[in-house]
Amino acid sequence: MKKIKSTAKLRDLQQELNARLDPNRACIAICCGTGCLAHGTRNLVERFEQELADRELTEKIALRRTGCHGFCERGPMVVIHPQKIFYQRIKADDVPEIIDKTILDNEIIDRLLYRDPVTKEKIVHEHEVPFYKKQMRLVFGMNGMIEPTKIADYLAIGGYGALAKVLDQGDPQGVIDEIGAAGLRGRGGGGFPTGRKWNATRKAEGSPKYVICNADEGDPGAYMDRSLLEGNPHSVLEGMIIGAYAIGSSHGYIYVRNEYPLAVENITLAINKAREIGLLGENILGSGFDFDIVINRGGGAFVCGESSALFASIEGRIGEPRAKYVHATDKGLYDKPTCLNNVETWANVPLIVNKGAQWYASIGTEHSKGTKIFSLVGKINNTGLVEVPMGITLREIVYEIGGGIPKGRKFKAVQTGGPSGGCIPEAYLDMPVDFDELSKLGTMMGSGGMIVMDERNCMVDVAKYFLKFLEQESCGKCTPCREGIYQMRKILDRITEGEGKLEDLDTLEWMCQAIKDGSLCALGASAPNPVLTTLRYFRSEYEAHIIDKKCPAGVCKALITYGIDPDKCTGCHACARVCPTGAASGEKKEVHQIDQEKCIKCGACYEACKFDAITIV
Amino acid sequence: MSQTVTLTIDGRQVQAEAGTTLLEAARSVNIQIPHLCSNEELAPYGACRMCMVEIRHGQRTRMVASCIYEVEEGLEVQTATERVLNVRRLVIELMLARNPTHPTLLQMAADLGIEKTRFEVEVKGCILCGLCVRTCREVVGVSAIGFEGRGTTRRIATPFNEAPPDCIACGACSAVCPVDVIPLKEKDGIRTIWKTDYPMQRCESCGRLIAPVKQLEYFAKITNQPLSHFTEHCVHCR
Repeated sequence: MKKIKSTAKLRDLQQELNARLDPNRACIAICCGTGCLAHGTRNLVERFEQELADRELTEKIALRRTGCHGFCERGPMVVIHPQKIFYQRIKADDVPEIIDKTILDNEIIDRLLYRDPVTKEKIVHEHEVPFYKKQMRLVFGMNGMIEPTKIADYLAIGGYGALAKVLDQGDPQGVIDEIGAAGLRGRGGGGFPTGRKWNATRKAEGSPKYVICNADEGDPGAYMDRSLLEGNPHSVLEGMIIGAYAIGSSHGYIYVRNEYPLAVENITLAINKAREIGLLGENILGSGFDFDIVINRGGGAFVCGESSALFASIEGRIGEPRAKYVHATDKGLYDKPTCLNNVETWANVPLIVNKGAQWYASIGTEHSKGTKIFSLVGKINNTGLVEVPMGITLREIVYEIGGGIPKGRKFKAVQTGGPSGGCIPEAYLDMPVDFDELSKLGTMMGSGGMIVMDERNCMVDVAKYFLKFLEQESCGKCTPCREGIYQMRKILDRITEGEGKLEDLDTLEWMCQAIKDGSLCALGASAPNPVLTTLRYFRSEYEAHIIDKKCPAGVCKALITYGIDPDKCTGCHACARVCPTGAASGEKKEVHQIDQEKCIKCGACYEACKFDAITIV
Repeated sequence: MSQTVTLTIDGRQVQAEAGTTLLEAARSVNIQIPHLCSNEELAPYGACRMCMVEIRHGQRTRMVASCIYEVEEGLEVQTATERVLNVRRLVIELMLARNPTHPTLLQMAADLGIEKTRFEVEVKGCILCGLCVRTCREVVGVSAIGFEGRGTTRRIATPFNEAPPDCIACGACSAVCPVDVIPLKEKDGIRTIWKTDYPMQRCESCGRLIAPVKQLEYFAKITNQPLSHFTEHCVHCR
């Protein structure tokens, strides 16, 4: 493609590309997000290419290798257009049948359809699947419509139109006012009003000014930023270019984890393409505005998602935070005014510019506008990425979108906000999800991790798990975070080993407050949250460990004993087959037993038993 | 062009030049804030968190490290609220878990009413205040030592845990260490630090030991003087 020299020429190109889109043309959209690729989608793509070529259908039928569709639980998956037929858990050998029956003969293959676990009904179309039905996929939905490696795809659906609009209006302050009026708040965790951040950077003295995209996503189980960078990198770029224009910056960085190879590849390609056609670099679209972006790959330190540590890392120093008594908007990267926003925040920008602040502000709650992408993981039927309007209840997310808890088990808690967020119990499932409501519960929005836990999760063990993560990810600079988290974890170790004392709980509470007050950066200041929230909502579980020396969820090994319920055991021998030490044994069709001397409490028998005959006491 | 700012610290009105830290401003009126990682010769670092204070701006109160936070007009600072003392108690108990015997730490603990730590003790000696690393970098200018690892595995180390090639054996790290865990020995004209031996230079006039040869070579280099300038006479016979 040639360099586009004006916004008018960009619009011509968009129209030309859009006109080429034939809404009636058959198209197979294959999810090539990292989750599906791990499920073997690459073979699937090759098979589709091969089978289409064999039938000389390559011209007639389009094959679209898209980014993540979100419903990772059911991958590999395809959506067949124009009918939007949704096939899931596809294998390479299903490919010839899909082409011959569904595409050429318009016949539905029943076996590949999604079956609603509640109603047991088969569902044909993607938008009718309950997982998608309640979502509002404003930012993430575009993933299924484009190939992330093709800038033409993004342009054809109106991509970079928001940039053209902004450049035509020629009013940077107006853009900031628009973002401010929309009520957009930072999606990376803090929820700081984006318009205010932009404004402060614009007003700050100093040159050059930097805009940075924070793609150092590190929460366990969270991958929405990765999926956006992989699936729709141009939306992030467009947001950044608009932001840079509004702020008056010509230097941009994307700080992305090196453990995200596909994201790095796709965003690199997107930057090169955008530069090639004049959307980055000097004199963007003939407007006289210059802006370019450099990719900085992070080495995988969780703390480098913290702004001052991120700046240090880009500057080539150790990724450690420094005290922030001066805002990054005044003195950030290289001590220059810097606007740092998260991937999802940047991706929201073109949307707001295109559709207007008023429209955007109509979605969500009073102080939290728009949608939020959550990564719904843990003990949940429909694992995946969900985009929902702010204000939706946790119950709707867990039960209607997430399809509830597997194996009919009982919901216990949902952890939001990543490792330094908190656990919310069932009593608050009907709370609307937004920045302020989550804070009131002692947790936070964070970058959007949502880990569901059921009755078989021990909350003391959960708190210990998150502390362990934070202990390993603490940079070690300040005392409360480095030593405090470590000592808190040691106390939890003792409690889960049955050696806890009741006064440990007071010590933990006291430590939590002092660590919150004393830590240098937000990692330390929020690290006590898993302990504080579990103490607040699940204190009885702590007490059971300490007073009764029992783990009610049956998790903490030192406090449990496995046994077999003779009334339920059918003698199927499944437990004996999986037992690694030969502790579980018995004659076939007779009641089995567990030798406590040999048992290492690995729980393999418990998982293997189909009759609920393994007991934990 | 320095501007004077008026603030209150523990209810006392204090005047200080803009750019002064709260720690320095408090010291100027003889309000002592305990601290371990701060040193006036070094850039503010804010790691030990002993010097935390509570500040008030209108309705909002906030905890800040007084060694970094600079004075502001009208600021109200409280150096010994319960919240502040709790952080200090936590910090000193955590430090005592690494070093339960050093008199400086024990005195700081005693000032806070603490006799011993309630945490499990794992003696490491070093409290990771970073004064040695920062002195070596910012004052001496050689960066012979640094931090290694992160989180609980963080420690002070020489490159690759070998004899430090850039060390000039000046001993500043040892001198600045608040808990005396960097051993420096001198015997028979040899200084030993960081498990490495460094020969000392004798004064060419009086024969007294001056300093490690490497240190004098470094002086010669940074001052652009011949080495003899530093070896011909010492402070005693100059």
